[in-house]
Amino acid sequence: MIDIEELIILALEQLRSNVARTVLTMLGIIIGIGSVITIMSLGDGSTQSIIDQISKFGTNVLTVSPGKAGRGPGSSGGIFGTLVEKDAQAVSELANIEAVSSVVSGQATLVNDDQSVSSSVAGVEYAYAQIQSLEFSEGSFLTESNINSMTRNVVLGDNLIEDLFGEEALVVGKKLRIDGKTFKIVGVIKDSGSVVVPLPTAQKLLFGQDHLSSISIRVIDIEVMDNTLAQVENLLLERHGISNPDDADFYLTSPQQMIETVGNMTGTLTAALSGIAAISLLVGGIGIMNIMLVTVTERTKDIGLLKAIGAKRKDILAQFLIESLVLTLAGGIIGVIIGGALTYFASSALGIPFIVGLKSILLAVGVSVGIGILFGYYPAKKAAELNPIDALRYE
Amino acid sequence: MRKNKRNTLIGFEKIKKTYVTGPVKYQALRGIDFKIKEGEFVAIIGHSGSGKSTIMNIMGALDSPTSGKYFLKGKNISHYNQDELAEIRNKEIGFVFQSFNLLPRTTVLKNVERPLLYAGYTKEKREKRAMKMLKTVGLADKATNLSNHISVGQIQRVAIARALVMNPSILLADEPTGNLDTKTAHEVMKFLVDLNKKGSTIILITHEDDIAAFAKRVIKITDGLIESSNYKLKTARFIKE
Repeated sequence: MIDIEELIILALEQLRSNVARTVLTMLGIIIGIGSVITIMSLGDGSTQSIIDQISKFGTNVLTVSPGKAGRGPGSSGGIFGTLVEKDAQAVSELANIEAVSSVVSGQATLVNDDQSVSSSVAGVEYAYAQIQSLEFSEGSFLTESNINSMTRNVVLGDNLIEDLFGEEALVVGKKLRIDGKTFKIVGVIKDSGSVVVPLPTAQKLLFGQDHLSSISIRVIDIEVMDNTLAQVENLLLERHGISNPDDADFYLTSPQQMIETVGNMTGTLTAALSGIAAISLLVGGIGIMNIMLVTVTERTKDIGLLKAIGAKRKDILAQFLIESLVLTLAGGIIGVIIGGALTYFASSALGIPFIVGLKSILLAVGVSVGIGILFGYYPAKKAAELNPIDALRYE
Repeated sequence: MRKNKRNTLIGFEKIKKTYVTGPVKYQALRGIDFKIKEGEFVAIIGHSGSGKSTIMNIMGALDSPTSGKYFLKGKNISHYNQDELAEIRNKEIGFVFQSFNLLPRTTVLKNVERPLLYAGYTKEKREKRAMKMLKTVGLADKATNLSNHISVGQIQRVAIARALVMNPSILLADEPTGNLDTKTAHEVMKFLVDLNKKGSTIILITHEDDIAAFAKRVIKITDGLIESSNYKLKTARFIKE
């Protein structure tokens, strides 16, 4: 029976009658919601930006690395040498595997005339280009015979070209010295900072090691990813004669895992920061309660009059509750707009995608409504319980 | 008109009211009995502290008696709870107070609409009925004015419009002219007399004899008891019967 629409109009009238107070009261909510929105959106944006980068390598690529998960290769001495080319061959015979490449990598110095750059250099097999979906802006990948005959050919990521050869140089056919050995550039990889040479060349000529730094595996479909991951793990455990998976001398990573890890990390960080921002919401809520209590006291005579003309407790309760709701909801909406604008500027400055999720907007609006009810209830209840005679007599 | 077969509207039976403030007990009403019939214009007079305000609070369903029975239209409402009393106030009683009658920062029309809002009328019906009442009190042209932008005499007329908008059984006026100059006070009182002639039951609470003189009957209260339920004023009756 309560005419909510009329009560909203009355609340707006009331709030408009003291604009300065209304704005100051809302400020706590505006700042709180604004910062929660900004933090959550920037968190979403940076997660998305990292996921985009990971996804560029292809989502159905698995990597086997020597060592223990979380500690990285070589973390405990001799464990570095646990993966060999025969492991890679065995993996390639499993079902659902599209391609496999052994990888031997290490740091090396690249020199062209007087320009030098230190970079990671990877020795790979022919399937590597397909596994990593490499695209070439100039030239092409190493040929299979290139690789098998241990040629001194190299493909370079375009990110390195400028430092070594200057802007927009055409480099295919040019010479490059890697750790003092002369190589011929045969291709340039788009959007990349990699340096890729034939596997035997890396093993024998550059790094003098036969054991692998990693095995790169492309699975035929993302659907069978988990299944294949388990198969690869079992096969390698068996080959290495290890019965307890916790003792494994290798570990597997998939882009999904990395995305999950990144998601968890930024998620935790975002939650922690949002929690801090939420404290200002609490303070804002207390401010609202404070002002509503003042309002109830100021309008004691109004309340007495309203009761005299027939307002029941629920009518008065609804009127004051709606007033605090209008206050917090308006604050919340302004907060979302300001938070959105801040996110827009911050994300373009940080170079991450601009995302203001519906989830965070709904959360912000929900929280505002919650604060309005939570902190508006006590003052409204106080107003509703006033004795009409005392209220009418109040000076 | 209906003079012969008038129904009893209000019946007070042995109404007592005691206020307790900590250890102090104060008996404001010590056993009040009277009846008011439909269509009467009664003034309740008494000095301050006589208990007339307590009578008005109980009669207006703002308060309940400590003991005794209050019959309104034949129903004993002396033990109603706050919300039941609110409903009675809304439907059966129209209040006009001495001062602070209208909500500030709100238009005249919205003030008159308020009782209809609590009775659950739709916006359309509220506006229509409130507008009609404003025409009755001759202030239709002030409908959109803010209530603090009209004169005190007009304020009391708007208050009367609001008091009548629910078509109540009783119009209860508590010192309605207390804040007005004599000329305006008499205008407001004449307005009440006219309303009474049209059939409204009016109860006036006042301490001024010349205002009470507008009523047809005067009940005088002294020290929480009725001194006379048909008191003869020293001032001449305003209404020639």
